Amino acid sequence: MAVSDKPVTIIASDRAPSTDEFIKGLWRENPVFVQVLGMCPVLAVTNSGANALAMGLATTFVLVLSNALVSALRSFIPKQVRIATFILIIATFVTVVDYLIQAVSLDMHRALGAFISLIVVNCLILGRAEAFASKNTLGRSILDGLGMGVGFTFALLCLGGVREILGSGSLFGFALFPAGFQPWIVMILPSGGFFTLALWLLLFNRLKARKAARGVTGEAAA
Amino acid sequence: MMSPAAQQSGASRPPAWPMYRALVGVGLVCGLLIVTVFVLTGPVIVRNEAAALQAAVFQVLPGAVSSRSFTLAGDDSLRPAVDGDDPQATVHAGYDAMGELLGIAIPAQGMGYQDVIRILYGYSPQREAVVGMQVLASKETPGLGDKIEKDPAFLANFRALDVALAADGQSLAQPVSVVKSGAKTSPWQIDGITGATISSKAIGNMLWHSTAYWVPRLYPLQRELARGGGEHGG
Repeated sequence: MAVSDKPVTIIASDRAPSTDEFIKGLWRENPVFVQVLGMCPVLAVTNSGANALAMGLATTFVLVLSNALVSALRSFIPKQVRIATFILIIATFVTVVDYLIQAVSLDMHRALGAFISLIVVNCLILGRAEAFASKNTLGRSILDGLGMGVGFTFALLCLGGVREILGSGSLFGFALFPAGFQPWIVMILPSGGFFTLALWLLLFNRLKARKAARGVTGEAAA
Repeated sequence: MMSPAAQQSGASRPPAWPMYRALVGVGLVCGLLIVTVFVLTGPVIVRNEAAALQAAVFQVLPGAVSSRSFTLAGDDSLRPAVDGDDPQATVHAGYDAMGELLGIAIPAQGMGYQDVIRILYGYSPQREAVVGMQVLASKETPGLGDKIEKDPAFLANFRALDVALAADGQSLAQPVSVVKSGAKTSPWQIDGITGATISSKAIGNMLWHSTAYWVPRLYPLQRELARGGGEHGG
């Protein structure tokens, strides 16, 4: 297995941008459910679907642009100062997105509060800059950032949707239940974030374990 | 000439110029980018903030279609507000379609359960009452403290909250006070919210302090404010 893997990776680093760079972030290397990165915004701003979507899009924006700039400058940045430079680039795009959200919707800016500025310290973004963008071409880095960003947004929506449905009885502000429904307030409080994340991780790990088990039996059969 | 020892240590250190070039270069590009976005979005953000304030003024003064902002001058007279005035010391007179003064929207703030709560409330000198209240900013607990923003029964307290002046004109006849939910008996009392005691008391306290300061000052100025509407109702 390991022997057959090796040449594939070498070819992978030479080939042109492919859809795989995009798709891997959605599921196989999902930043939240598989890599468990960026837990601060995952837990803090997913108390409603709209907040989760806005946070996901803001993070995707920063991720794609910082990946692009890091990749474009990768031969220009000496390795001794790379982390400082990456943080500078990431902080710039976070400031940009902060102003853009204020210009689009003050209410959204108020709802996300300090967590927009905290995108700077989201280890997902620095992680992709260091692990991927600094070693890959511009096109592949953009696709990687886009895939990871969409995967991150998908994960935030998974949490935000469940928490809003149970905690407020609505989804994206539309009431789902008759007036008698008593919302589970705990779900929109911080503890609800941990409960929901735990259940999603449980589901993902179950799926992974099942797939692994099936792969082993499939190989044995072959 | 460098000594051999210095040369040796210099050779083991990485060259400084590429690092310097990378940090300064990237810093310059990033700085330019931020300034560009700031300049482009700045006017839009200011416009959004003004629109949000305008909407809040119309919300707390039902029927208002135009407004003008004033700030207190040193001798307790009003002058039109200009950019840079303290927003907490600026009030907004609201006028109906005929240019008649409907009331004055007044900002207030105070400590809630989590953080400072900022509100805007409408004061009607004709009715000597608070006629509307809106929470502008709060970080109260979702599902509990944030009921101060949405709970219809709580917001109904501010449709006709009595803030009449005492006979001397210097203080309120009855200060605004918060009572337990359902225990309201007088028009100057606010029915609190069960489960949001601290947040609803915070609103009451803000109103108590703010009305005690503003009502004795604004009540005598209502004619001046009414004229302000006739001249510039726009």
